[in-house]
Amino acid sequence: MRLSYTKALNRALTDALAEDPAVCVFGEDIGAGLAGPTLNLLDRFGPGRIVDTPLSEQAFTSMAIGAALTGRRPVIEFQIPSLLFLVFEQLVNQAHKFSLMTGGQAAVPLTCLVPGSGSRDGWAGQHSDHPYGLFAHAGVKTVVPATPTDAYGLLRSAIADPDPVVVFAPAAALPVRETVTWELAPVPLGSARIHRAGTDVTVVAVGHLVHDALAVAAELAPEVSVEVFDPRTLHPFDWTALAASLERTGRLVVIDDSNRSCGIGAEVLATAAEEMRLLVPPRRITRPDGTVLPFAPALDRALQPGRDQLRDAVLDVVKHRLPVPPHGEDRIR
Amino acid sequence: MTDHDPRDLGSPAGRYRMLRLIRGFEELALGLVRSGEITGGVHPYIGQEAVAVGVCAALRPRDRITSTHRGHGHVLAKGADPSRLLAELLGRSTGLNRGRGGSMHAADFSLGILGANGMVGAGGAIAVGAAWSARQAGEDRVAVAFFGDGALNQGVLLESFNLAAMWRLPVLFVCENNGYATTLPAATAVAGSATGRAAAFGIPAAEVDGMDTEAVRTAAAEAVERASTGGGPGFLECRTYRFEGHHTMERLMKLRYRTPEEVADWRGLDPLPRAAALLPPGLAERLDASVEQQLRAAREFALASEHPSPAGASDHLYADGLRPRAGSAA
Repeated sequence: MRLSYTKALNRALTDALAEDPAVCVFGEDIGAGLAGPTLNLLDRFGPGRIVDTPLSEQAFTSMAIGAALTGRRPVIEFQIPSLLFLVFEQLVNQAHKFSLMTGGQAAVPLTCLVPGSGSRDGWAGQHSDHPYGLFAHAGVKTVVPATPTDAYGLLRSAIADPDPVVVFAPAAALPVRETVTWELAPVPLGSARIHRAGTDVTVVAVGHLVHDALAVAAELAPEVSVEVFDPRTLHPFDWTALAASLERTGRLVVIDDSNRSCGIGAEVLATAAEEMRLLVPPRRITRPDGTVLPFAPALDRALQPGRDQLRDAVLDVVKHRLPVPPHGEDRIR
Repeated sequence: MTDHDPRDLGSPAGRYRMLRLIRGFEELALGLVRSGEITGGVHPYIGQEAVAVGVCAALRPRDRITSTHRGHGHVLAKGADPSRLLAELLGRSTGLNRGRGGSMHAADFSLGILGANGMVGAGGAIAVGAAWSARQAGEDRVAVAFFGDGALNQGVLLESFNLAAMWRLPVLFVCENNGYATTLPAATAVAGSATGRAAAFGIPAAEVDGMDTEAVRTAAAEAVERASTGGGPGFLECRTYRFEGHHTMERLMKLRYRTPEEVADWRGLDPLPRAAALLPPGLAERLDASVEQQLRAAREFALASEHPSPAGASDHLYADGLRPRAGSAA
């Protein structure tokens, strides 16, 4: 079976709705299936469970919290990532805090799905953010699947989880297709995936950047053996798996589509520096501090982390390992 | 001893007793704030008791409420144990929220109390969600959102009026208009009228004397009946007044946003004597004595309760028991 990323999200929603009558979906234009993941859900499950909402993000997010507090398992689809800024109060100050504030009386099993996070060429400043780091920082469970099967599996686990979970489906990962010969299954939250094993350097890549990391790894092989590490869940992060990877490689590069300061890349470097095996200083490739993505395509791309920067960083951290080339020339370049 | 269920609001005697319980509870809390035993202060409900009691008298046990930063009255009137509410205010393990919520987040989900809430207007749409949920589950449960006049200027509350009206949800919006959003007079903050705002969404809206328990109960009962039989949401503006400051720290600040004459005028409308006047001679005194005894026991229970262990400070952060990393590496 050839599975697209968007179809995987659609399958996950369909299977969750079919399995559990408490699951319901709220969002804008979801009846029509405008963004893709909710296509045909209204026909199959009806308006009682597939709720097309007016453009009142704060109210329908609060409403979903009220539904989650009283036995439902709502999923909200947000058409654009910046809408999460509008409902930060609802997700961080309400949904996330209910369990602790009520002393464990209440749970908020709410899933927020953002199909098309990060840059979508030409969508400019207010439609191109990738705020997964903000939610990980706030302590909201946060996942960023890179592949269709992980998108299916992580969305299923997010819906089944008793806490709020935000699922970022990067716009740049949506074109990814996979040939699937196995049965789709839930992927547990908090478990990383090694897409490619290696011994020289660990590249931690988030979301769509996993595919860039794999391309760079293929390009540099066999001279440099790159391990491509996909955390899949940013909170809770699979630190055990990262420590094990660094035991093998001792070198770390992170590629992360967050702003640099306080981004998830910063946290990965800090934790590795404090607690894990590092032979050389680690590197990170991120958006610049305080990025606002400009409209013109060349400007938009100029601020996003990319393969060239990753290749340079990988070569930089492994250079001490390589034999000194004759006449001072770089063996790889 | 009490001669009836202290939570039964079905009779004038039960309602009077609850008014007295809330009043006495708040006075007890004020004393414990002054003595330093309650930290962080409280937002006293004194003066507004008729709203909580009148509305909750119209509810069934299965109905749900969301409350506000000034929530003790709502929580008690919906049936919460005053001993455990007081223990919560004192941050004890026996508190409703195991000492994790305090005054502004007191909740008892087993009684349909979905929590006091520290963000103005936040409970409105949460109640709408609870109402939607009940309808989805095929259950006849009404949800009530209590909020103040300050919340009338929160966009999310107005958005929630729209959703409730569009989907004809069984929710009752109860605006406790005590005249001030902290220190800002409603007259200088709310364009048009409270009821006019609800009516603009097609929600039946009524203005009620919020100092009269029976008037509130009658209006609420009508709205609850309509909501539970598919008639959609309702809105009550209860005109009321808080006799104390917005928050206990106000006592230290000598603010002058209200005149002593205005406060005295409203104290003249105190809902307790009005409710007592409906009772046979001598009954109010007997109920007062029973409340006093109950609150004495609550105080003893709460002050004797254990403080939570600092080792459990992050307990309950996640419903699945996930333990977050500590703030310093091991």
